[in-house]
Amino acid sequence: MQTFLEQVNEKIDGVPIQRCYHCRKCTAGCPLAFAMEYNPNKIVKMIQMGRRNEVLNSATIWLCASCETCVTRCPNEVDIARMMDALRQMAIETGVAAKEKNILKFHESFLSNIKMFGRINEPTMMVQYKLKSGDLFSDMGMGIDMFLKGKLSLSSPKTKDLGAVKKIFEKTKQA
Amino acid sequence: MKVSYYPGCSLHGTAKEYDQSVRAVSRALGIELKEVDDWSCCGATSAHSTNFKLSIALPARNLIAAEKNALDVMVPCAACFNRFKTAEHHLKADKALKSEVEEIVGGKYHGGIAIRNPIDIIFKDIGLDTLEGKVTKPLAGLKPVSYYGCLLLRPPEICGFDDYENPVILDKILSTLGADTRPWSYKTDCCGGSLTISRTDIVSKMVSKIMSMAREAGANCVVTACPVCMANLDMRASDNVRLPVFYFTELVALALGLQGPDTWFKLHNVDPRPLMKSLALI
Ligand code: SF4
Ligand code: SF4
Repeated sequence: MQTFLEQVNEKIDGVPIQRCYHCRKCTAGCPLAFAMEYNPNKIVKMIQMGRRNEVLNSATIWLCASCETCVTRCPNEVDIARMMDALRQMAIETGVAAKEKNILKFHESFLSNIKMFGRINEPTMMVQYKLKSGDLFSDMGMGIDMFLKGKLSLSSPKTKDLGAVKKIFEKTKQA
Repeated sequence: MKVSYYPGCSLHGTAKEYDQSVRAVSRALGIELKEVDDWSCCGATSAHSTNFKLSIALPARNLIAAEKNALDVMVPCAACFNRFKTAEHHLKADKALKSEVEEIVGGKYHGGIAIRNPIDIIFKDIGLDTLEGKVTKPLAGLKPVSYYGCLLLRPPEICGFDDYENPVILDKILSTLGADTRPWSYKTDCCGGSLTISRTDIVSKMVSKIMSMAREAGANCVVTACPVCMANLDMRASDNVRLPVFYFTELVALALGLQGPDTWFKLHNVDPRPLMKSLALI
């Protein structure tokens, strides 16, 4: 059986993350480190130590905003951003509940909106997110303001060949 | 010149003023836009966060559609630009993935067209001299900082845009328009982008920091080329540090004396009109 480290490396498909020598440059430049419970380089170490549950249950993997500052600066080309994507995907695939529930619910609402219209229709996407997250009232004022300014429309044009978009979702669906 | 145009979802909704100003500026600079036929969403952060193959297949469908025009494709949204470039990178590097994605999307990808952002088209193809020659209303008194954010620049091997720690081409465009562009060190910092709805608390802290630094640099506004950054910077800064935020094309249009800026400025959350009136720019 593959170790956790091997599984992560396989998913990243780049340089193996054990090239990391823990200089912490990624963490120093990470704009979200202040909100994470484990810093980016700490996650690398935890993966090396096989601490799968703590890693996949962490808020860190969801809080990473994919800004790519870490991989741009890493002296060893360790792709932390892709590693965070891989970890989120592993959490979803293995049924680990997201520590940052609303972040995942946002992604789910966004993708299901694409499936419905081919393109994001911002008001219906927000409604989908609000129903999923139960966070009904935040940004309501902002939303109404944008409606009045004509920025949000319920009937923005859709992709005509919706079947092609649905097929992409079908065929890339994970088991 | 003639290019394909991929507006992307935001430009049909909350970033309407970006779409309209890109079209107006393109017309004025002789860039003919041909919209990509029946385009669909690029998948943005939500696709690559949750499903790698989906995150390549969604932009691939649009790249294949764009190739039908046999023209380079202009992608004004920095987020779409990044997803297109990332998909291009993987499709060119991984043959097995490419054939799998072609099967999923139902079309052949050739990789023959360049993915371009309007900043780089104006800078490289139109040129600052031509731009300067068309300025009728120099932006005197405007002190912008240019905010590039993440998605145009990183990772540099994929984006191939400008210096990734100290990009300057947007600064140069703004200075050509007669603005007093301020140097600052936050031009490539992340604004929290995709977390804006799910973790507004965190994003407000990040945006307020960026705005404070812009103020410290002596700026009276912030300029961006990304609808995600625009939404965040314009809506999530705390009241005591907020500044007007512009899409760079709105300012190009203003300096070129084109129709539109008044109507676009009304759509912003932080109303830029008091500042523009005080500088006699509108
Ligand atoms: S910058 Fe690279 S080598 Fe340094 S700690 Fe981060 S991942 Fe490791
Ligand atoms: S990509 Fe994620 S981990 Fe890397 S610096 Fe940005 S937020 Fe931090």
